[in-house]
Amino acid sequence: MSEGTLYDKVWERHKVTELPNGQDQLFIGLHLVHEVTSPQAFGMLRERDLDVAYPDQTFATTDHIAPTEADKRERPLADDQAEEMLSALERNTSESGITFFGFDSGKQGITHVVAPELGLSQPGMTVACGDSHTATHGAFGSIGVGIGTSQIRDVLATGCIAADKQKVRRIEVEGELGEGVYAKDVIMKVIKDLGVDGGVGHVYEYGGPAIEALDMEGRLAVCNMSIEGGARAGYVNPDETTYEYLRGREYVPEGEAFEERKRYWESVASDDDAEYDDVVTVDADGLDPLVTWGINPGQVVEIDEPVPHPDDFDERTDREAAEKAIDHMEVDPGQSMLGYDVDVAFLGTCTNGRLSDFREAARILENHSVDEDVRALAVPGSETVRAQCEAEGIDQTFIEAGFQWRRAGCSMCLAMNDDRLDAGEVCASSSNRNFVGRQGSKDGRTVLMSPAMVAAAAVEGEVVDARDYLDDGPTGGAGGVEEVAD
Amino acid sequence: MAPDADASTDQHITEVSGTGVPIPGDDVDTDQILPAQFMKEVTFDNMADYLFYDARRDEDGEFNDHPLNRFEGASIAVVNSNFGCGSSREHAPQAMMRWGVDGVVGESYAEIFRDNCKSLGIPAVTADHETVVELQEWIEANPDGHIDIDVEGETVTYGDTVIDVDVDDAMREALVEGIWDTTALMYSNRSKVDETVADLPYVEGDD
Repeated sequence: MSEGTLYDKVWERHKVTELPNGQDQLFIGLHLVHEVTSPQAFGMLRERDLDVAYPDQTFATTDHIAPTEADKRERPLADDQAEEMLSALERNTSESGITFFGFDSGKQGITHVVAPELGLSQPGMTVACGDSHTATHGAFGSIGVGIGTSQIRDVLATGCIAADKQKVRRIEVEGELGEGVYAKDVIMKVIKDLGVDGGVGHVYEYGGPAIEALDMEGRLAVCNMSIEGGARAGYVNPDETTYEYLRGREYVPEGEAFEERKRYWESVASDDDAEYDDVVTVDADGLDPLVTWGINPGQVVEIDEPVPHPDDFDERTDREAAEKAIDHMEVDPGQSMLGYDVDVAFLGTCTNGRLSDFREAARILENHSVDEDVRALAVPGSETVRAQCEAEGIDQTFIEAGFQWRRAGCSMCLAMNDDRLDAGEVCASSSNRNFVGRQGSKDGRTVLMSPAMVAAAAVEGEVVDARDYLDDGPTGGAGGVEEVAD
Repeated sequence: MAPDADASTDQHITEVSGTGVPIPGDDVDTDQILPAQFMKEVTFDNMADYLFYDARRDEDGEFNDHPLNRFEGASIAVVNSNFGCGSSREHAPQAMMRWGVDGVVGESYAEIFRDNCKSLGIPAVTADHETVVELQEWIEANPDGHIDIDVEGETVTYGDTVIDVDVDDAMREALVEGIWDTTALMYSNRSKVDETVADLPYVEGDD
């Protein structure tokens, strides 16, 4: 059993009591709410005539159904169901005294982008949201967990969830990331090595030189996809990078209060002699960009690696899964993913919808144009990110390259708005899930990759190695780029 | 009206039974179980209509030979490993429950899915790969065969066969003792919550 880890310390600080069923009652310090998984929970509260217990610890925004085309955000929304969800959230938050970041606030966006950038997510917190990517907030050194709607009811009514303490697995990422290799590649490598269910029953503590070297946005991307590896939560111990990121943000205290809060943050970091249930080492030296070839995030290869043959797998179930994936994706075992045709490029999401993601993609788009057969969407993770990009002129880089520059939302990650794949389209996507049907078409195909890789795929209309496109001039660079900007 | 945290309909769930439906495949994600496009409703009322919506239909939108189409009326779903992975959407087990599923036998579950089942009073029990596959094959051969999940005794009985299964401790306690609605449980601990909160440096006290 783990001891002295951040997870142990934060858990103990938030544990209220042990429940008769053996679970712990855990106080949730930050409850994030969005329009899709909360209306039923507010309904359950009304049925019992219960109030929201901790409205000041609760923050809401709209993301899943948010239209990303500016003219479609006029109210009422054209989609009646979306309008009903949004109206319900406005009503529920207003009646309960919960702060809501709507379209007009300038702060609307994906919950897991908004809460970090406003300084709502801080070290030593427990964070819950009716969304499995709540692990994202672990980047600050907090415990972030995705919950179902009945558990949202629990948090609204009591400020708590009933939870089982998990095992803690330390994931030591050694080495140094090369140019054009990112946090996204690190987490896909972790999932590749440990499997999509490798983390069941575990919380992942990410550490080691390659993690410590990441900025906060990189750490957010790593923690975000913990759930894709089966771990309900993942975190990075807070350090100076964390504290400097937080300093000056809207919901972070200032002056002496900041220093006092920082002492708490420092106190929850894992001890040097902390004990883990197990430790896994991943080597980031020489890591190449990764892309998925299949229909779950564990079906992933480094860019030069061949797509595996079903026969390569020992387990019958893995063989069957590979066959299904190869059939759906129409990929060739034995061949790499290089050259795989792409119809749509999608940049954004709670994994990779932050300023640094758009900056990296823009580095490529500055000198290249989107292939004429590719539909390319750039969807900032929040309106704040959009404003930052526009202040830097990045939006113009995207628009001039041929991308559609959109407003903030979950968009084509799960296609609950108008942004979706048609028929068997292939999408080069900076999102987190390549499940069948995920992007709105049951025949659609998703290839997960980093933002730079998405930009490069948009340029060529096929999967390429983005490193060949970084920093090369308009006539093509060392990577032997054949097609140049128009 | 006084707050009524106890307004749930919690029951003691010691066993569930009925005919079975195999839903084969590892890593069946909640996007397959309940595609996101059908989450745009503010209640769970219609979710049964959308269960495995894409997988159950052919290219013309007609029902295909998906098990859910062949085993209508079944109460026990039999699944493989890491079932319910991906999105946390409770819509997935809600859809299964409203379709008629009262219990699940599987190799393993994603944690959020299992938690959601517990919240809904659906026992989700586990057995090893061979045992589960045998049960799935038995259902194919005996579509009208009766399956019984004994939550308390941790067994599943079908035909002349009795198999041992595992039930997560918290789930077994919750279901058997009838305390699976955690709102009521935790609501009664309000003063203890206040004590915990008072020690947290980042939570402002009550005005």
